[in-house]
Amino acid sequence: MSPEMRVGRDGRLRPRRKGAVQPLAIAWMALVWCLFWRDFSVANALSGAVLGIGVQLAFPLPPLRMDGRLRIIGLLRLVWMFLSQMLVASVEVSTHVLRREHPKPAVVEVDLTSESDFVMTLVSLITTLIPGSVVVEARRSTHTLFIHVLDVGDDRGVEEFRQRTLGVEQYVLGIMTQPPKPEEVVR
Amino acid sequence: MSWDQVSDVIAAVCFVAAAFFAAVAAIGVIRFPDLLTRMHAATKPQTVGLLFALVGLGLRLGEPSAIGILVLVGLFQCATAPIASHMMSRAAFRAGQVRQDLLVADELSPVMDREEPRGAP
Repeated sequence: MSPEMRVGRDGRLRPRRKGAVQPLAIAWMALVWCLFWRDFSVANALSGAVLGIGVQLAFPLPPLRMDGRLRIIGLLRLVWMFLSQMLVASVEVSTHVLRREHPKPAVVEVDLTSESDFVMTLVSLITTLIPGSVVVEARRSTHTLFIHVLDVGDDRGVEEFRQRTLGVEQYVLGIMTQPPKPEEVVR
Repeated sequence: MSWDQVSDVIAAVCFVAAAFFAAVAAIGVIRFPDLLTRMHAATKPQTVGLLFALVGLGLRLGEPSAIGILVLVGLFQCATAPIASHMMSRAAFRAGQVRQDLLVADELSPVMDREEPRGAP
């Protein structure tokens, strides 16, 4: 994640190349490189690290604000929630397919409470991976997701789905320690 | 029963589950009425099926280096599949390839013309 943006020659905003290389990302890409070769030798790790630096210089990512530390318990709870929901929902979709029922789909608007792009990305990834829901449109300015749901049944189902997605957001918020709100700092 | 036999049985169950979900995905594509509902059938049970197949393979092979590759396959599948299905359904919705008569509620179409400014932050 590069720390800042710059205005390019064509007048468009681009991530700055300076400071885009991060040690954690280099370590991750070296690990992936070793896994690809199925061989953990020093030469492999070094060439993986060099490649990682090259990739980060060539494709600098836009800045991502992440305050707070990682909470392992929160992460485990998120992974558990995700895997169990994925399994339950695939069985639900499968019964729909096999019973020849026509599903009752809907497009539901979910206004996320968090202002973070990181949270919005994770929530969209999770809802799209869980069977029966796919993000059709995402608005970054208001942090709103529009989700196509395979089967809601009726208007009550729409509200239920909205609450469930907001619940997913709470799980995602739980993986980081939250920074204090501005008004709490003032007091 | 030794651990080898137990892991073989679990692997077999995983493979059957994987085949089941892949088959359901294919049937769903035929049976569902419009593009977006078919997308649900085509992309999701298939991902779950692949994850089951990877778990089964990992148990059957039992080699650390092979499991490393399998974990990578699973991670990359989970990272890329949502993007593909999102882009396709977004394009489908914008192209009007949605059967409005089937929707119970549609909260997007009324605000569709209020686009937000494009571009990087």
